[in-house]
Amino acid sequence: MVSYGWIMALSAAIFTIGVAGVLLRRNILVMFMSIELMLNAVNLAFVTLARRMGSMDGQVIVFFVMTVAAAEAAVGLAIIISIFRNRETVNADELRLMKW
Amino acid sequence: MAIELIAGAIKAIVILLLVLNLSAVLLWFERKGSALIQDRVGANRAAVFGIGKKLGLPNLGFQNTLMADPLKLFTKEDFVPEGADKFLHALGPFLALFPVLIAFAVVPFGDSIVIAGHTIQLQAASINAAALYILATIGVGVYGVALGGWASNNRWALLGGVRATAQMISYEIAMGLAIIALIITYGTLDLQEIVHQQGGVWFGWLPRWGIFLQPVAFIMLLTAGMAESKRVPFDLPEGESELIAGYFVEYSGGKQAAFMLTDFAEVVLAAVLLTLFFFGGWQIPWLYHGGFYLGSHHLLLPRVVVVIMGVIAFWVKVLLLCWLQLLIRWTLPRFRYDQLMHLGWKGLVPLGLLNVLITAFVVVMVSGAAH
Amino acid sequence: MPPALFIFLAVVAILSSLGVVIQRNPVHCLLALIMTLISIGALFVALDAVAVGFLQIIVYVGAIMVLFLFVIWLLNLQTEEAPAGNLALKFFATIAVAAMAAELFAIVSKSRTALGAQTVTSGYGSIDSLAQTLFGQYLMAFETTSILLLVAVIGAVAVARRALPDRPRTAPTEGRPT
Repeated sequence: MVSYGWIMALSAAIFTIGVAGVLLRRNILVMFMSIELMLNAVNLAFVTLARRMGSMDGQVIVFFVMTVAAAEAAVGLAIIISIFRNRETVNADELRLMKW
Repeated sequence: MAIELIAGAIKAIVILLLVLNLSAVLLWFERKGSALIQDRVGANRAAVFGIGKKLGLPNLGFQNTLMADPLKLFTKEDFVPEGADKFLHALGPFLALFPVLIAFAVVPFGDSIVIAGHTIQLQAASINAAALYILATIGVGVYGVALGGWASNNRWALLGGVRATAQMISYEIAMGLAIIALIITYGTLDLQEIVHQQGGVWFGWLPRWGIFLQPVAFIMLLTAGMAESKRVPFDLPEGESELIAGYFVEYSGGKQAAFMLTDFAEVVLAAVLLTLFFFGGWQIPWLYHGGFYLGSHHLLLPRVVVVIMGVIAFWVKVLLLCWLQLLIRWTLPRFRYDQLMHLGWKGLVPLGLLNVLITAFVVVMVSGAAH
Repeated sequence: MPPALFIFLAVVAILSSLGVVIQRNPVHCLLALIMTLISIGALFVALDAVAVGFLQIIVYVGAIMVLFLFVIWLLNLQTEEAPAGNLALKFFATIAVAAMAAELFAIVSKSRTALGAQTVTSGYGSIDSLAQTLFGQYLMAFETTSILLLVAVIGAVAVARRALPDRPRTAPTEGRPT
């Protein structure tokens, strides 16, 4: 059995890569995918710690995170489609209507 | 430990070869069977050095389907259309084929046997959540078709791919609901356990098969299984008269063979699931652990013979259900796309939910009454 | 899980998540994300969380990623050209990411997560025990989540549908970058 510290380190690494994706990429869809990466890294952390404590609560939280991620993906993608219909771009730099 | 490893490897290889060969045989079934149904002759020309004709045997098309066609398919030039994404174009067929083949890993095709003190399940991977595993692999199978259609740089392929993806994810829900009703009835996700629970008879003559407990789920799983494999009457993504060949129009040679193989492997998978859930899997009525027991008469048989009879019964049932699917293909006309979607969402999903509700109610009442 | 399996899955997960962030073609990013999700699902199963692992593959890979794929098709996104964006943003973003990585690494290596149960009770992580906890202790949250999904579906349809003839639409030329 692998020590839990390694798995937590993996979760931290994937989370960091997700953050890098959100900050460095300008395509909204790729930013969205990086957010999904972050959510999954957190799911991995939850499952690891749930196993360490021998409790099922962590897995229930993972279940809810998955459900909420599905709902958020649906609404977020609908918003992206709507933005694309109006602005014809998915580059986050070009959506600057509210900037001064 | 070593014997389990070797047994596992043998089981995996055996079931993989069985499925691939069965798919090839189904191709022959389809050609000659459809010829029978449509009152024509079918393929009967290819021969090896004219041996069959010299001996005066009728040519049943074996050489055609099992030798000439694969040879032609694998030696054809394999081109990638201009402007297409090379990597995705090559990945598509294998991404479609792989999940279907690994879904067979959890299929129990016989009872457990005891070799040298170890009990070996005739199931390549005995996992507790086998039904979830099958749903997961069917879910992943969507991507091969989607990417194959999109990566071809061809608008008809894209249309076919989009239609196929939408159709597959819609009917996955119907399939899932049918399987949920079965899980509630049998109380377990383990496929071998579900087959075990279908042994025995009611009233002395009616086998305890799932189809008598869940007829609605049978219809749903049959429909959803045929829709998942995109066969007629659900083959609009492939639309032979509309989209040329739909999502695999730009594929030739070995990659098209992979898509065809996926088609027939999914037919076998649907037949296997129907057999396991509704027709007792490898159970033969009145055949129990030690032999046949019918009322007061019994016929004792050695364990190995019983297990082998179970395996043969399983594959016979699978073949019959494959034949049923081929028969349906060559009988029904194709659904229009909106009819297809209406059937999936407005027909099967409410029916499935109602079925789950009633099943759960009945199970709770029956188990409550038993206490 | 045996260390060899963990190292394999960890390498696949990290390489594919790097692929998500680095690749230029959105469909390739999506495929890399699918590979990451499948490897994380495999890690769940290896950690005895069998139900959640398979649910991850059924729900995330089988449904949510198909949704992403449909949107990429709908918007007809092509391979992006050379990375745009101002250099200052990238510079500060890199510093922020490096700082966060260092901080996370410090926390994880100093914490005592190495200790803890190595084996679990039988039936842990099965769909049985997940269902018992979900419908027992967290029933309220479960029902609320179902309402949340309903609201999300209605909201998505309301946001993304095309303008009906009688519905006013904002002028599409406002705010376009010059």
